[in-house]
Amino acid sequence: MPKLTIPISDADIRALHVGDTVFLNGVIVLGRDAAHKYLVETFIKGSPPPAEIELGEKLRDLLAGGVIYHCGPVVRKNEDGSWAFVAAGPTTSIREEVYQDHVIKHFNLKGVIGKGGMAGRTLQACQEQPAVYFHAIGGAATLIAQAVKEVVDVYKLAEFGVPEAMWVIRVEDFPVVVTMDSHGASIHDQVQAQSQQKLAELLVSR
Amino acid sequence: MPQPQLVDSLVELVRRAATILPDDMQQALDRSQGQEEPGSAAAGALETIRLNVKMAGERSTPICQDTGTPIFEIFHPLGVSTRALAAQMREAVAIATRRAYLRPNAVDSLTGKNTGDNTGEDFPTMHFHEWEEAHIHIDLLLKGGGCENVSTQYKLPDGGLGAGRDLDGVRKVVLDAVYQAQGKGCGPGVLGVAIGGDRGSSYLKSKQQLFRSLDDTNPDPQLAALEEKILTQANELGIGPMGFGGKTTLLGVKVGAQHRLPASYFVSIAYMCWANRRAAMDVHFSGDAVEVTYA
Repeated sequence: MPKLTIPISDADIRALHVGDTVFLNGVIVLGRDAAHKYLVETFIKGSPPPAEIELGEKLRDLLAGGVIYHCGPVVRKNEDGSWAFVAAGPTTSIREEVYQDHVIKHFNLKGVIGKGGMAGRTLQACQEQPAVYFHAIGGAATLIAQAVKEVVDVYKLAEFGVPEAMWVIRVEDFPVVVTMDSHGASIHDQVQAQSQQKLAELLVSR
Repeated sequence: MPQPQLVDSLVELVRRAATILPDDMQQALDRSQGQEEPGSAAAGALETIRLNVKMAGERSTPICQDTGTPIFEIFHPLGVSTRALAAQMREAVAIATRRAYLRPNAVDSLTGKNTGDNTGEDFPTMHFHEWEEAHIHIDLLLKGGGCENVSTQYKLPDGGLGAGRDLDGVRKVVLDAVYQAQGKGCGPGVLGVAIGGDRGSSYLKSKQQLFRSLDDTNPDPQLAALEEKILTQANELGIGPMGFGGKTTLLGVKVGAQHRLPASYFVSIAYMCWANRRAAMDVHFSGDAVEVTYA
């Protein structure tokens, strides 16, 4: 199966279509509810206070051409003070829908990893950027943790707590499925439309 | 009556719930694999899920990183101190969190601060029930947030869905809930459904249905038929594992009913993800000795 290395080129993104399974390699950043709110309010909607500027620059470097992962992991602290990922499956992405298009554009993201899919604003941002939505298998947390080879850093741990902190990890062959591509296709839209039609039939039957 | 010291046993209960998927769930996942087209996204999702379950059990690490709200249902004889048991359960989840069986999941709703050990205001959830038996039975469910967010409640009649105040109306709103959830609840899921009650008791009853084995038969034949029908029809929706499309949208439906006010007809749906993590333990007394077994 095809491998993608982060940072990902526009050409590689455009070559992806819904239904493709790929293995991701490289450094990714975890960010979910608190992180998306923070990124938008601190760096996009306003100008960052002096204390946040350095982190902003680090995140810009990490996210340019890169991937953000909607995930709140289970972690273990090793005796030498380093961290290990114990369980790290995706969280539901739709909660970030109000933030995601801004974050994709501002930080020049090429991909978002999560589960459950996202809606119209994110799909449009994927077309314009270009970027894609990578669906990880929800709940497959022990399996995905095996793809995490190193915890490179963690930001906002004290403030956001373990599940919400921005963990920076290096992954090898992280398995994902493209469910929203840069050509406007979304498996989530397709399945919703088909199931809506079937539901209508079932509601009038007995 | 001796007051048992159960902290270590409760930590083991939490470990089992977080890392070992119950047999009935594993068997249902195995069966659904055979129903999906080989090579499809749905089949791939199920393969990954089943491999993950195997790895989590072997490594004794969490099946899912969202170890959810720990929900304890405690059945105890007269004379057991429920305050002492509650304190032991709080201590046990804190220890289990330090051992990375649980993710720290208790967040202060006002400050956003995570307590770091899964204890907080009304956290974990505990419900005590005095019963006639001489032993203690404790059920534990780890209820994740993704599927909790797609759990929902309807009141009948519902004009938009053409759902009246009868079991066919219940069928309609439950199918709508499955449609609304799409893949966001980490299907293939299990539904706990409650009919009747007030808003609060109805939600509670729906969640308690999730403790039932997938393989049991509802003692009420009308509800048994309803469970079967909803399961079949929900799987016709084609939402599939993870919402990728496919034949396996649900693995089970469990329905309970309770009395209601004349004015109210609530239907509550507790959506549980495929990682339906439940475990149980029994504590038997023999003189001063205490024997703990897990189911």
